[in-house]
Amino acid sequence: MAHGPATLADGWRAYISRWVFTTNHKDIGTLYLWFSFSMFLLGGAFAMVIRAELFQPGMQLIRPEFFNQMTTMHGLVMVFGAIMPAFVGLANWMIPLMIGAPDMALPRMNNLSFWILPFAFAILTSTLFMEGGGPNFGWTFYAPLSTTYAPESVNFFIFAIHIMGASSIMGSINIIATVMNMRAPGMTYMKMPLFVWTWVITAFLLVAVMPVLAGAVTMMLMDINFGTSFFDAAGGGDPVLFQHVFWFFGHPEVYIIILPAFGVVSQIIPTFSRKPLFGYSSMVYATAAIAFLSFIVWAHHMFTVGMPIAGELYFMYATMLIAVPTGVKVFNWITTMYKGSLTFETPMLFSIAFVILFTFGGFTGLMLSIAAADMQYHDTYFVVAHFHYVMVAGAVFSGTAAIYYWLPKWCGKMYNETMGQVQFWVAFIGFNIAFMPQHFLGLAGMPRRYADYGLQFADWNMVSSIGAFIYGGAQLMLLYNVIMTIRNGKPTTEEKTWEGAEGLEWTVPSPAPYHTFATPPELK
Amino acid sequence: MLKRAQALFLSLLSLVVLLPIAGSALAESSASQLNMPQGVTEVSQAAYDIHMIMIWVCTVIGIGVFGFMFYVMYAHRKSRGAVAENFHEHLGVELLWTIVPTIILIVMAFPATTALLKVYDTDNPDIEIKITGYQWKWQYEYLGEGVKFMSELRTSDDEVYGRAPKGEHYLREVTEPLVLPVGKKVRFLVTGNDVIHSWWVPDFGVKRDAVPGLFTAGWAKTDKPGVYVGECTELCGQGHAFMPVVVEVKEEAEYNAWLANKKAEAVEYASTIGKEWTAEELMTKGEGVYLQSCAGCHQADGNGIPGVFPAIKGSPIALGPQIGHIAVLIDGVPGSAMQSFADQLSEVNIAAVIHYQRNAWGNDVGDVTQPIDVLNYKQSK
Ligand code: HEM
Ligand SMILES: [Cu+2]
Repeated sequence: MAHGPATLADGWRAYISRWVFTTNHKDIGTLYLWFSFSMFLLGGAFAMVIRAELFQPGMQLIRPEFFNQMTTMHGLVMVFGAIMPAFVGLANWMIPLMIGAPDMALPRMNNLSFWILPFAFAILTSTLFMEGGGPNFGWTFYAPLSTTYAPESVNFFIFAIHIMGASSIMGSINIIATVMNMRAPGMTYMKMPLFVWTWVITAFLLVAVMPVLAGAVTMMLMDINFGTSFFDAAGGGDPVLFQHVFWFFGHPEVYIIILPAFGVVSQIIPTFSRKPLFGYSSMVYATAAIAFLSFIVWAHHMFTVGMPIAGELYFMYATMLIAVPTGVKVFNWITTMYKGSLTFETPMLFSIAFVILFTFGGFTGLMLSIAAADMQYHDTYFVVAHFHYVMVAGAVFSGTAAIYYWLPKWCGKMYNETMGQVQFWVAFIGFNIAFMPQHFLGLAGMPRRYADYGLQFADWNMVSSIGAFIYGGAQLMLLYNVIMTIRNGKPTTEEKTWEGAEGLEWTVPSPAPYHTFATPPELK
Repeated sequence: MLKRAQALFLSLLSLVVLLPIAGSALAESSASQLNMPQGVTEVSQAAYDIHMIMIWVCTVIGIGVFGFMFYVMYAHRKSRGAVAENFHEHLGVELLWTIVPTIILIVMAFPATTALLKVYDTDNPDIEIKITGYQWKWQYEYLGEGVKFMSELRTSDDEVYGRAPKGEHYLREVTEPLVLPVGKKVRFLVTGNDVIHSWWVPDFGVKRDAVPGLFTAGWAKTDKPGVYVGECTELCGQGHAFMPVVVEVKEEAEYNAWLANKKAEAVEYASTIGKEWTAEELMTKGEGVYLQSCAGCHQADGNGIPGVFPAIKGSPIALGPQIGHIAVLIDGVPGSAMQSFADQLSEVNIAAVIHYQRNAWGNDVGDVTQPIDVLNYKQSK
């Protein structure tokens, strides 16, 4: 290898070709991460529009029709554009480094799975400018609102979902193939870092459920354009069928989002506790148990739809069970900290906040699993609060922790610790101001996806909006911190950035060279 | 470093302290601002009870887990000179924290099951009401009584768009509430006409999805007269936030009087179908109906929204034969957002709105559509 990757010094064309044609796992990881961050900002902008409109009762800024497009696009962009690609990016960067592989197993497919994503989101976003507007039926797109009653742009939405699904499936196959075939000699399955384990399990979930999502949107496509009646009661179909199919994808999907986040936190907490992860094997089994359970609880999203009572009872019991393996994880993290030697750098702060706030979201999840109480919670702001505690304080906090944790390895520069901690506190406080009151709003009776509300909800909505703006600001600070680190950060060339860090990724120089582990490492 | 760790510890500690306080504030706040309402039925009470049990269970576990965590964060800090130990497994505790939560869950499953059985106890009602969700209003039909009406938002657009001050009952008022008697078991049969809606009255603990082609049942029985306000809780399009539910529970005598009055109205109405209406009468009535039921999509000026909702002004159907125009309203346009209005509007209202559409905004067919024409079309099918 006489020649490294093209830089700007080699001219624009060479530089652009490098990124477009790259098959290098680090380049592709970087692309995924930047793409997902830009989607995060886009989805965040939609959220700001929502919270600005909800700042006060009455319609001030936008029309209800556009409001519905904003809630829908916010959900879709955040789930499929921000969170999922962020963790695929981390997987691309870190899995080969963690298992001692020179690259991903299928590098060309890796390139393809990334490069179709921007097209999917360009198509999805362009629907906002089409006649009739973009998707306005919620990220769960229940039929028949999303079929018979949908704007015409729904066909583009379906196409975009298909592309995202294809991308996810390719990415997952790649991860499975890499982990199965490219581990360094001596890296047995039960020696793999937990992040690798959680990602393998996630990849299997993805391969299993993305086709189900594809099936759901294909049935929609048929109903809309080819006269079938899968979801149309007038033609002998059943709108409830849609919900079963959607949630058979949708519930595993929420674990697809959280499992890699578990993995990240399971890397970071031991590092800053200077102590090995407690209960490694029970962590692996708990992850597998959660993944299995995630397939058999889907109808807890449908308690009010009129299922027979036997069905309700089954789905209630099964859902309650998920609390057990989830609890095991939380206890393991805390016991890892017990009798450690703790320091609280930014990644650790985010990870601790993750444990606390995710557990809080787990508690509300447990409450939601009680069907009789869910009849009151369902489709209110209580549910909105629940899933933002698990998805934002869960997945997004852990993703942020990962950025601070591995940034020195990626770019060979150290971020500014004070700035990192300031950003943490702004995010932590903003998040709680934004979402804690939403529990109260939901319990007091405010339904979700409401463009306008009665006067009794005015106070908490205003508080929530203020918190949301603060939290939004914290993301701009994160962007600033990352850019300043890359441009002006203090160079750090040590292999091991963190005193307590363990694992193969900390045996290569910083910044990680373009090619690593061309010869497999020796495992102690 | 030490200072910072202490500050961190303190702020996190305050969070733990706040948690139980928030918990008890929840328990006490009667001003349904923070907590689930206890409501006025057995079902809502059951939901509230299990909700409070869960809150307390979670609070206790939370204090234990977070308390331990903060202790660790305080005691085992490097800045205090803590040296890491190296243990990383302990079968005993790992089994313990798998089994104990399982037992807690099994115990909680009992009250959870009892509560759910209560929700499903819909047998032997005294009164049955069919509730149909429409974009964006509710229809209530008293089964076996021949009484049926629409209940729509009464708050004006001016209030919504800030052109007029918001009233005290902003978005919590309807044209005609559902009326129920005290002390009677009422069964609700909920269904949808177009998309899925969901009929929710928090004080009854009833939330049932209104799915087209399907009936879901809920029930309520209360001894407390009063006005209870609820909402639509399934996203159903642009009017989702604007179709509240209002239920008035009355003493039995009052209820009977109300029902008798409603029945009389229905009989009187039936006699107007055969009446010959004048063009002016139809035009006035039709404009009202149009603004209520059609303008949401086709717009007040009849121009529709290009690409989404067709214009009525100058449309070939509005200018074509009367029978075709009637057919569109009665049958709807399959596969589009244009639903059938046959069950939603009376014959008189359908005739009036057709007459209006054919003769407003420069449409000048000049014919007159009578309620009897609509009835004939309906019966010919
Ligand atoms: C202890 C674990 C959990 C339990 C018992 C649980 C339970 C539930 C239940 C019963 C609902 C349905 C509420 C309703 O619509 O009425 C729900 C909604 C939801 N949960 Fe969880 N949950 C848990 C953890 C998670 C995690 C880890 C995530 C994702 C990271 C998650 C994401 C969501 C989302 C996105 C929704 C709402 C979906 C929607 O309707 O848009 N939950 N959860
Ligand atoms: Cu779920």
